[in-house]
Amino acid sequence: MSGEQAIFCEGIAKTYGEGEAAVKALRGIDFTANFGEIVALVGPSGCGKTTLISIFAAILSRSSGALQLAGVDPDAMTNQDRTIFRREKVGFIFQQFNLVPQISVVENVAIPLFLRGENRSEALDRAEKLLTEVGLHNRAHSRPSKLSGGQQQRVAIARSLIHEPSILVCDEPTSALDGATGQRVMELIREQGRRPDRIVVLVTHDERIYHFADRIAHMDDGLITRIVTSDVELAALQAVAFEKGKIK
Amino acid sequence: MRLIALKMLFGDSAKFYGILLGLTFATLLITQQAAIFVGLMSRTYALIEETPQADLWVTDPTMQFVDDTKPMQVTALDRVRSVTGIEWASPLFKGLLVAKLPNGGRQICDVIGVDDATLIGAPAILLQGKVEDLRKTDAIFIESRGAAKQLLQPLTADKNGPKRPMQVGDELELNERRAIIAGIAETRPSFQNVPTIYTTYLRAVGFAPANRRTLSLILVKALPGQNLLELQKRIQTQTGLTAYTPAEFSWKTLDYWMTQTGIPINFGMAIVLGFLVGVAIAGQMFYNFTLDNLRYFGAMKAMGATSRQLLNMVAVQGLAAGVLGLGLGLGATALFGLMIPGDRLAFKLTWHLPIISTFAVIVIVLGASGLSMWKVIRLDPKEVFNG
Ligand SMILES: Nc1ncnc2c1ncn2[C@@H]1O[C@H](COP(=O)(O)OP(=O)(O)OP(=O)(O)O)[C@@H](O)[C@H]1O
Ligand SMILES: [Mg+2]
Repeated sequence: MSGEQAIFCEGIAKTYGEGEAAVKALRGIDFTANFGEIVALVGPSGCGKTTLISIFAAILSRSSGALQLAGVDPDAMTNQDRTIFRREKVGFIFQQFNLVPQISVVENVAIPLFLRGENRSEALDRAEKLLTEVGLHNRAHSRPSKLSGGQQQRVAIARSLIHEPSILVCDEPTSALDGATGQRVMELIREQGRRPDRIVVLVTHDERIYHFADRIAHMDDGLITRIVTSDVELAALQAVAFEKGKIK
Repeated sequence: MRLIALKMLFGDSAKFYGILLGLTFATLLITQQAAIFVGLMSRTYALIEETPQADLWVTDPTMQFVDDTKPMQVTALDRVRSVTGIEWASPLFKGLLVAKLPNGGRQICDVIGVDDATLIGAPAILLQGKVEDLRKTDAIFIESRGAAKQLLQPLTADKNGPKRPMQVGDELELNERRAIIAGIAETRPSFQNVPTIYTTYLRAVGFAPANRRTLSLILVKALPGQNLLELQKRIQTQTGLTAYTPAEFSWKTLDYWMTQTGIPINFGMAIVLGFLVGVAIAGQMFYNFTLDNLRYFGAMKAMGATSRQLLNMVAVQGLAAGVLGLGLGLGATALFGLMIPGDRLAFKLTWHLPIISTFAVIVIVLGASGLSMWKVIRLDPKEVFNG
């Protein structure tokens, strides 16, 4: 995998629907990212963030353009192979956690391993170890609903990483959480999620978590308008804040 | 993932119990109503089953069912007896007569008169008395159900006072003629809920009003080694009467009740109702259960669950609900059958009936899980990104 780009895309467009009702959600995205990076996609509502991250997660097909995810083009695969690709290579963190409510926390974490048909008790052992790393070992056998929002998202982080994916996608991982909890969740994603052989793509509205990313891609109306490193972004944000008089 | 699927189902206790209750109730309703129907219908030919000695039943050709007595000429018996290949032929009187009870009350009774010489057709099981007692002067047998419910003897001079079931030695009147109870029989309940009285053929004819002193049925025993089909044909051509095997006669009787009465429609409606209850409660709840869990199915789909794995999960959930609901429903039906007294409510749980309810449950579960599967397969995994 070394030497490969994690994500390579050129002129990616996505149109939903046909004819009169067609919506051009992406209108030519050029973007590359390397393994080991954390990248944030930001921009106003409806600009195409979820559409783009869905393409990066191989759950949505592009309409045109060139795409390589970890060196392969998911749209060149059969549906079945694309599903297997996701199962092996992609980790998901959702805004609404999506933990199955009727099963225990540790079983939820083990789902990606169950989907691969791995031995149940080995899968549960691994899930428990990972729960220890996210600080929830003592809640392994609780139902998800017994946990706070922040704890639930930590469970979801463990679930997204248990099969050691190459691509970790997070759509608004903190927007269902309060500020401080969001910070802690992001710290955990950075700590546990960043690996030399993994790309983390993060969609967010929340300026307070921009600094967890290495680069920030600003999107508007189906295009990436600029990509900046987070120190430049933070300097710019501070300048804006300074002008508004928030910082003396 | 199957275990996860089961835990999802069992873990949602409100929906799970709802689904289970719906399926159990539907199974109970369908099986129980069908069993009552079968029980009731099998009573229509109880007399035929109670009289296993006969190889053939000879009747007037226009007779439609066993209670539909069409008079035959008295000479019919001799004509049947003259057909070759017959070991014996006995007359049977069958008719409804009014009995006058000791307290002056009147009760319609089904009177059966059996051959005076051989007593063929007399009840096999006697709780009191012996079969030969039927030869005593004015003797009749009554059956225990009728004795307990309708044929009662006052205990005191007060006709409206306390009563007990009639016993051997008690008397009643049939058409102003004295009849003395000489035995109490135990018989299978008949479809018409009236007491059955057994006596000899000649005595029964004597009890009947003049215009109904007729031969109703002839029981025929074939000589050993006879071809029954050919004997039937011989009887028909030589006497102009119709000869049925017991199975044919039972079917003819059953067919009459099935096609000429509204009974099958009533029970059919109850069974359809049971099915609809199953669809409305269990089917819909199962579908709702899937809808409630759609976002988790969607998340799993995003995470790389194959269509096959997802369908498998829904199938396992449907199967578990179906098997448990069916099992509980059949158990409840069997329990119901054990708890009700057999002579009260006709109830006959034959091995066919669970097949009907199993089929109904399969249709309900397949419908609901099929719809659920369709939903799950059509799921757009991208939807899970929308909060
Ligand atoms: N399935 C769909 N069919 C038709 N149009 C769609 C579909 N999904 C998204 N769109 C449209 O595509 C555009 C981009 O949507 P997308 O969800 O990617 O935006 P977003 O940046 O994630 O917005 P938000 O911040 O509100 O989540 C929007 O105009 C949206 O209405
Ligand atoms: Mg979005």
